[in-house]
Amino acid sequence: MSIDTLGPLLPAVPFVAALLGLLLPQRSRTVAAVLGIGGAAGALLIAIDLALRVDEPYSTSVELVRFGNLPVMFGVLIDQPTLLVALAVGVVALAVQVYSVAYLADDDRYAPYAAQVSLFTAAMLLVVVSGDLIVLLVGWEVMGICSYLLIGHDRRLPEAPKAAVKAFIVTRVGDVGFLLGIVVLGVNAGSFQIADVVGSPLSTTEGTVAALLLLAGVAGKSAQFPLHTWLPDAMAGPTPISALIHAATMVAAGIYVVARLYPVFSASPVPLAVLGVMAAITMLLGALAATAQDDIKRVLAWSTVSQLAYMVGALAVGAPGVALFHLLTHAAFKALLFLAAGSVIHAVGSNLMSTMGGLRRGMPVTFWSTTIGLGALIGLPPLAGFWSKDAILAAASEETGWVAVLVFVSGVVTVLVTAWYATRLWLRTFFGEPRSDAARHPHEPPGAMAWPVALLAVPSALLGFAAFSGGFETRLGVHDLAHLDASVLIPLGFLAAGVLAAWLVWRRDTAADPARVLGPLRPVFANAFYIDNVQDALVVQPVRALARSVRRVDESIVDGAVEGTGDGTLRLGEAVAGVHRAGLSRAATAVLAGALLIGLAAVALGGVQ
Amino acid sequence: MILVAVLAIPAVFAVVVALLGDRIGRIVGTAAATLTFLTSLLLAVRDDPDPLPVGGRAIQPWQELNVPWVPGLDLRFHLGVDGISYPLVVLTTLLTLLCCVYTLWMVPDAGRGRLLTALLLVIEVGIVGTFLALDLVLFFVFFEVVLLPMYAVIAVWGGEGRRHAARKFVLYTLFGSVLLLVGVFTIVAATGTADIIRLTATSGAGMSRTTQLVAFVLLAVAFAVKSPLWPLHTWLPDAHTEAPTVGSVILAGVLLKMGTYGLIRVAVGVTPDGAARVAPVLGVLAVAAILVGSLVCLAQTELKRLIAYSSVGHMGFVLLGIATLSAVGIQAALIGNIAHGLITGLLFFLAGAIKDRAHTGDLTRLGGLRETAPTLAGILGFAAIASLGLPGLAGFWGEAFAVVASFQRGGPLWTVLAVAAAIGGAVTAAYFLRLLRKVTHGPAAPSVASMPRLSPAEFVSWAPLIVLTLVVGLLPALVLGMAFDPVWSLTYDGSLVWFSR
Repeated sequence: MSIDTLGPLLPAVPFVAALLGLLLPQRSRTVAAVLGIGGAAGALLIAIDLALRVDEPYSTSVELVRFGNLPVMFGVLIDQPTLLVALAVGVVALAVQVYSVAYLADDDRYAPYAAQVSLFTAAMLLVVVSGDLIVLLVGWEVMGICSYLLIGHDRRLPEAPKAAVKAFIVTRVGDVGFLLGIVVLGVNAGSFQIADVVGSPLSTTEGTVAALLLLAGVAGKSAQFPLHTWLPDAMAGPTPISALIHAATMVAAGIYVVARLYPVFSASPVPLAVLGVMAAITMLLGALAATAQDDIKRVLAWSTVSQLAYMVGALAVGAPGVALFHLLTHAAFKALLFLAAGSVIHAVGSNLMSTMGGLRRGMPVTFWSTTIGLGALIGLPPLAGFWSKDAILAAASEETGWVAVLVFVSGVVTVLVTAWYATRLWLRTFFGEPRSDAARHPHEPPGAMAWPVALLAVPSALLGFAAFSGGFETRLGVHDLAHLDASVLIPLGFLAAGVLAAWLVWRRDTAADPARVLGPLRPVFANAFYIDNVQDALVVQPVRALARSVRRVDESIVDGAVEGTGDGTLRLGEAVAGVHRAGLSRAATAVLAGALLIGLAAVALGGVQ
Repeated sequence: MILVAVLAIPAVFAVVVALLGDRIGRIVGTAAATLTFLTSLLLAVRDDPDPLPVGGRAIQPWQELNVPWVPGLDLRFHLGVDGISYPLVVLTTLLTLLCCVYTLWMVPDAGRGRLLTALLLVIEVGIVGTFLALDLVLFFVFFEVVLLPMYAVIAVWGGEGRRHAARKFVLYTLFGSVLLLVGVFTIVAATGTADIIRLTATSGAGMSRTTQLVAFVLLAVAFAVKSPLWPLHTWLPDAHTEAPTVGSVILAGVLLKMGTYGLIRVAVGVTPDGAARVAPVLGVLAVAAILVGSLVCLAQTELKRLIAYSSVGHMGFVLLGIATLSAVGIQAALIGNIAHGLITGLLFFLAGAIKDRAHTGDLTRLGGLRETAPTLAGILGFAAIASLGLPGLAGFWGEAFAVVASFQRGGPLWTVLAVAAAIGGAVTAAYFLRLLRKVTHGPAAPSVASMPRLSPAEFVSWAPLIVLTLVVGLLPALVLGMAFDPVWSLTYDGSLVWFSR
């Protein structure tokens, strides 16, 4: 098949699988599993085929609809970074679909779940390959609705529906800005095609405004400060969903869009400065919040927020290719960590690390895979995360300006905190004495769950070496991706300090939580500096109060005027009718009075000739 | 002629159905509705497949009928269909058909289902006639035909507060109609003709600027009551809440579109100069409708009332599109019309199904619908997500491109309106997800404990709406492709704003 047809097929295959899956009755497990796994596998095969065959960027487009002088084109714009990200999406989606078959073995709503995961995969691939901003927006929002549907999947969790609504609304707030940014760019360029938008220069103020508006959507989707509050609550969804949507793919979409539209952002220094500040704050915020969580998924969620901030930092210092490199390695090791956490939760029956301990004896495969994943997360050489994080820090140190310094310093400090919370998670879960009955009898999960975890350990370990391949470097548009010089020792020093600190605290009492040394700061970190509560007080409650008062005004004043007119007319009619019901004496008086008045008028007017 | 057939079939069969027995009457009525629907599809067959380009702002109907009606008063029976009216006509005949199918299976408490079907057919005549009329006085006549049958539908088959709601509906809309009559005769007296084609082609020549302005304001207020535009909307929540299910579907699905269609065809078409001068006010009120409608929905506690207020919000987007007086805006308004008709029609069907089964529409007493009625909950979720304007489904195009049109107009006012409309979109998502959380999620409430399964009639009446919502969302050119040329010529090749300078 020609690459022209394969491009649009990339999102189309999982979309068809999703449509068919949604029409299935709820109990049909086998057909649903075949459709789900088939859709993901099909997308992956197409991505591999395209990656092998495509050398030069190419695009196809067909007009979908025309509004006035603005066409909306359905088509693809495929270049090398596109295909790398598409590959990552395909791999993680397939791993999650296979894993879910076993994880949801006792769930009777598996069929709609698998269909929604396929729909999500289709939407993400649409965002990745789309050549038109409106069509990209379609994929962007459909991802959001799939996230909403899937977070609320488990009917046994009372907090799940609320978390689902929160996730959608917080990202929707960001998407208001995203839509307006697209509108500004599209109206200016006369077209919504990415190639046209990137090529049409904007005046500095308008360009800055458009970039900042787009950043609102990016902040929402990629869980950056201040729109990050939905991600930890989203952990109420099933763990494979946390792996796919909230770690590897949807949250990375914001980073991808910035990289795709990079000339819009780099045209003036203001958007990059905002990106830098956002990255610095979020990096530290996420890492500090992760140090105080008891729920293993929440640690990983805050870790995701922090790692995404690294990618944002790379974008802020003018290195979009490096950001995409970290996006790819992060997709591998974060998906691995979430799926492994799912295996642990499956074995222990609880998310809380205070019920775990000593699991490495009963779950060796999970233990070693998690170790590789955590090693990649903290940036331990020679695992993948080391190379990508190091590339970001190197890019920051090579740039001049306060933004680069800010990104570098916060990046290095975050390495220390990351090492601390990752070591704490590793030791609390797998070492020491078991702290609950279930932890005393751990078992490896079934094959469908164990294999994806083990297989994801391979790229988590080895993907970094791709940085040495010139082909990979050109695909990402970076040169000199792999860095090995003396400056590497700074982050490595902080890493060692963090690991050592966590291990020493843990060693004093292997049953207690190392987070106890945080003392009074622990609740502050655990509640992520109470930003959630601030947002509730500043935004949610006032909007609700406004809604109630608007309803009152509409019903009593606006409608009151209408009803009042009706009542008033009735009363006027009764009054006039009352006058007409006069008795004989009153009527006679009225006639005489009227005659007198007419006579007077005739005399007065007759006199004035 | 197909134009006459599409009006005559429901008119004649309405009388026939009223005279037949109950069950057979409903079946004959449904057959008549099917016939009307199929006939309306044939309106797409053009009289002249290769017309000469006319240029200017002239309407070029695909089919036309122009015969004298009352020669003494110079009134003509002038009908025609083009790319702007065709989708609306098909939407009307489709929704009437689906309502007749629904009435076959389910008649509200007051009984006498055949009379309900007959009234639905009469309402169809009125609405389709409004969309097809190309003579101002004929337009007014058809506009009025709808009122009394709709009043009867609400007053006889409605809920508890039906009499008050029906009276409010008819008197409020009649007030608008009086203004419409005055406006129509202002135009006829000033220009000497009631022919919409001629008036549009000459852009209301023969009227002084003041006369055009007065005429536009009169027409706009009348159509604003119908659309409805805030603050002339308060008849809507009561009427929608108290009407029976099929009444609400027709009311929300197509009756409201008479107002916006009238604005596009008559007000903007015949008095464009007046339109250009009043447009900013219209835009501000439209955005007020979006924001007020969304905020009130956020505080609503009754299912049908919430959907009714959501109509106010959605029509706000449509009116914003019209107010920009640009091709982009009017196209956004056209597809917004169709999308709203499909989606809100579906929502009212679902609300009716839920209320009939749970015997309550109170959001505090519903809950956990996906436990006891998963298919119904799933379809409700789909409809709510479509209504909040999710890209990929029909509602997105009208909303997003109303924002684009407003921004494209440029200038501080229209940019602020664009931003405010986009924010309204976020509030819309909030209230629909709140609705879903209260109705479908959580533990099953006692009122939804026993939910009878969906009947075949319900599947048949809902399935076309579900499929069309998805298809129009993915392929908006199905609706807009045919409207491009008429809208382009209506707006003087892009935007009316530059016309009067």
